[in-house]
Formats: sequence, C-alpha cells, structure tokens
Amino acid sequence: MPLLKLSQINKLFNEATPDEKIALDQINLTLNPGDFMTVIGSNGAGKSTMLNMISGALTPDFGEIEIANKNVTKMPEYKRSQMIGRVFQDPMAGTAPTMTIEENLAMAYSRNKKRRLKNGVDKKRRELFRTSLETLHLNLENRLNAKVGMLSGGERQALSLLMATFTQPSILLLDEHTAALDPSRAELITNLTKQLVEKDQLTTLMITHNMQQALDLGNRLIMMDKGQIILEIEAEEKKKLTIAKLMDEFQRIRGEKLTSDKALLSV
Amino acid sequence: MFLAMFGSVEQGIIYAIMALGVYLSFRVLDFPDLTVDGSFVTGAGVAATMIVLGYHPAAATAVAIVIGFLAGCVTGFLHTKGKINALLSGILMMIALYSINLRIMGLTSTNSIGRPNIPLLNAETIFIQFQTFWSSLGIDSSINHFFSMMGVQYLPSTWGTLFIMIIIVLLIKFIVDWFLKTEVGLAIRATGDNKKMIRSLSANTDTLVIVGLGFSNALVAFSGALIAQYAKFADIGMGIGMIIIGLASVIIGEAVFGTKTIFRTTFAVIAGAIIYRIVLGLALRVDLLDTGDMKLITAVIVICALILPQYFEKRREKNRKAKRHAERQMEHEHVLLREGNAIAKAQSD
Repeated sequence: MPLLKLSQINKLFNEATPDEKIALDQINLTLNPGDFMTVIGSNGAGKSTMLNMISGALTPDFGEIEIANKNVTKMPEYKRSQMIGRVFQDPMAGTAPTMTIEENLAMAYSRNKKRRLKNGVDKKRRELFRTSLETLHLNLENRLNAKVGMLSGGERQALSLLMATFTQPSILLLDEHTAALDPSRAELITNLTKQLVEKDQLTTLMITHNMQQALDLGNRLIMMDKGQIILEIEAEEKKKLTIAKLMDEFQRIRGEKLTSDKALLSV
Repeated sequence: MFLAMFGSVEQGIIYAIMALGVYLSFRVLDFPDLTVDGSFVTGAGVAATMIVLGYHPAAATAVAIVIGFLAGCVTGFLHTKGKINALLSGILMMIALYSINLRIMGLTSTNSIGRPNIPLLNAETIFIQFQTFWSSLGIDSSINHFFSMMGVQYLPSTWGTLFIMIIIVLLIKFIVDWFLKTEVGLAIRATGDNKKMIRSLSANTDTLVIVGLGFSNALVAFSGALIAQYAKFADIGMGIGMIIIGLASVIIGEAVFGTKTIFRTTFAVIAGAIIYRIVLGLALRVDLLDTGDMKLITAVIVICALILPQYFEKRREKNRKAKRHAERQMEHEHVLLREGNAIAKAQSD
C-alpha cells in the first residue's frame, strides 16, 4: 500500500497570460513506507512546486493527492502538517528566532497533538529535549534557554531537522535543506539527515542540487525537468548509478547537454 | 505635587491593563491593531450602561471584557478570513465600534437611540464597593499618618483604589506570563514570529490570530471598564489615541527595563504605562500647556521614546567597545612587559 500517491497533478502559474508557466505537468508519483527518494533537476523544473503540493502550501489545478489512502487534496496545510515534517532551504524559515530552543522544540512536540492550555515546557519534556539535542553533537543541549536567533545557520538547520522529525511524521519533506550552508556544515546536516531518517525509518522526499548527495542518500531517485518527471531510478539500479551516467541519461532523454547546466546542478 | 503624582500612578496602573493588551497584539502577534481605540470605549460604555441599568459593577465589568474579546475576534476574522490588510481591518472595526458604542450607551436613554456619554456620579462602582471593605480595615489613616509625619501636606483620601488595582494588574500580568508559555501561547508567539514555520508544525494560524486579538481586546475593554468606573463617566471620545498611549507604554517600558524574558517584558509594559502617566502629569503642570494639548504631548513622548533608546544604545555600545578595547590593550601590554622582563632576566643571567 503506497503511503503517498500523486496522480495526474497539474499546475499552471499565470495561466492565459504571456507569462504562463507550466509548473507541473501530469505528475504521477508513489512513495512506499520507508522509501527515501531524492529529487534532482534544474531551476524551474517544478521540484519545489511538487513539494509544496504535498505539504498543502499550494493546491493543484487538477489531480489528486493521497496520503495513506486518504484523499488530502483539499485538506488545509496546517492539518496536513500533522503527518508531514518539513525542512526549508532557508535556515531562518524553520524556527522561531525570538523564542528559545526549548520553546521551539515544545512547538514541534505538540505537532501531532491538540495544543492545550498546558505548560509547553515542563520538567519531563525538558529532559526529552535535552537527550534529543545530544544526538546532534552541537552542544545545544546546554543552551536550552538561548534564543534561536542567536544560533548559526548550521545550528538552526540542525534544529529544524530535529524539529521536523521529532514526532516521527509519516512523510518528511526536505527542500534543498543544505543548499544555504557552507560545505562542512552541509556535510554535517547531510549526515544528520541520514541518521534521523534511518532511526525512525521515515518516508522521505528530498530535493537537492547536489548530484553526489542525491546519489549517496536514499533508495530511489527521480529527475525532473520542465514540470515533468523524466527519469525514475529504483533501488538496485540506483546503487550502481554515477554522476556521469545521470548526465548521459538526461542528454538521451532531452537531447540537450546537461553539462552546460553545471552551475545549477553542481557536481 | 504628591497628590498629582499619586493620581498619575493610580491611572497608570489601570491603563497598564490596556498596555498589556496592546503588547499582545503589537509585539507578540506582530499585528498593529487599531481596534483598541474603539474597544476601549466599548469596555467603558458597556460597563457604564450596565451599572446605570442596575447591574452589579463586577458583572458589568465581566460583560465588558467578553464584548471586548468579541470585538477583537471580529478584527482577526476580517484579517484572516476576509484577507483584509491588518491595519485596515483594525481601522474598519474601530469605525464600526464608534456607532456601536453610541448605541450601547443609548440603551440608558429613553428618548434617543444613541448617547455620547454617561455620567456615573452617584452610581456604584467596584472601587466604591471595595472602599467600604477597605475603610473598615483602617489602613488609610495609618499610611496617611506616616506620610504626614514625613511632611507631605496633601494626602490622598484613600489608598484602597491603588491597592486593589495593584492586585488586579499583578494577577493579569501573571495570567499573561503563564498563558504565553502554554502550548497555545507558544503557538501564538510563533504566529507573530514565523507563520510559515508554525503552520508547518500543524498550527492553524488564522485561529491563533483571531484568539490572540480577542484576548488583547478583552484586556483593553477591561481597562476601559475600570477607567469609566474610576473617572465616573464614559464618553464616546475617550478612546481617541488610545493605541498610541498603549504603544507609548510598551515602548517606554521596553526601553527602560528591557525585554530579556516575558516575565520581565510584561513588567516593563506595566511600568511603562505608569511612567507615561507621570510624564504626562508633569507636562500638564507646565503653565503654558493646556489639557487640550494632551494628544500633542502624547505624540512628543512617543517620538522621544522611539528615538532616545537608539541614541542611548549607540552610546552604550561605543562605551562598551572602548572599554573592551582598552582592556585588550592592557592585556597586550602585560604580555609584552612579561616577555620583556623574561628576556631581560635571561640576558642578565
């Protein structure tokens, strides 16, 4: 039984104007429980639009989205978020800067529960937050009362990742979450992603511009271009995949040379 | 002088409740809510009307709070569901409340539908009711005795109002502090801080804005109800510029006492409201100024409160940097001196 199913998703922006853009064109996609799929493609390929459809930030013009056999196409974003964890590209986007680390975690903790008039951070929860933060190895467990705005981009992104996975969501959506970080921080976050996803066997969809990352992580890979999924690679095949092969594949399908796009698809 | 200051403090504490409401909308929710100018009068009008109609002052105040809450919710509704700009939805509600307030106060009149003011000269108020209990304790005479021994000539007739208001305001402060740390409170704060993030954590930001504005305006209406009972009248014009007064209190308080924690910030807002009243009271004692100049003085105070902290912060930072620089220079010299001595010693050996 698929956990996530997109059928015939279509989305146009600025329709019937000279600026009309086909963002998504007949997208079909299924994710099974435990799948970790990486998504690559150049700018404007529709990767983020697809993720925003799944999260509910955007609604498709046509087509349907099912999560765990339930049609969620019209379900508002905040309700869907109970099942979906997200990390954004911008490290500022996933946390509340004027609130403390423990308060941010407390909000993540109440994601799949009804928020009540009950203390957000109590002794028991603080202990839980502390042990969870220890797994990041960033010494954040000793700074529970620091405002998140004081943290560096890498620290904030690590915290966002922890917050997104805190309540073991059915689906984890990662939108180029390492792209805004320097290489060493990006590697740290990549490893952390691997670790957290493996720990809870989270079903994950990750967009990346980094081909190597797309090959290293996950058991499935798709390539998107101009609003379409042009290539799907499954578990066994993916293990043997190299960057050169991917590039060739793109050229074979699209008849354009991908190397010219190097700036966008960094190797 | 003492008496004038005393009056300012008393009023300041009552207005502090309104300032806490403005803090909730303006700072916590990051929503510039102009409903305040209307909902303050709504609070005063509802309380005065019900008292004149013979209801218990406490019941009148409670109903005023509920109506204030509803007014705030409507503003939130206009903004979130109607997608009307935040400032505009507040202004619309403020204008609408003007007419509604006239009608509410008109309920006390038999020959007209609207009524612009209600005097409460001989009516029961919660202050008068508390007074009967308070004077039986005989605390006033002992406090006044103490002050007259210190040489203060004109003494207030009662300390009871100040006492009960301090209790009420502290109670509200602790409720607000507690509320902002609950799961709902955290979500409301995050709504003002980063909407995208809290939505991705499955919080309905629309509902939170509506509830938050409701809570904010409930406090504003509460303050209005108390002011009406304190000043013994309700007037349709008493809310003009109220948002600026609230803002002045928040800004002055934050500038003087800082915003490190919520506990401290809410305290700062209350203190800011009192400081504002005292400054205003002192300004009005200047012969050149008339009570009609009050709004002008308010504007000047707010402008000062907005500009001066920047200036002070800049100077403080400069001093801090200069001090730290001097320290590091000293350390550096010490190191050099020690090394120099070591070399000298080595050579002499």
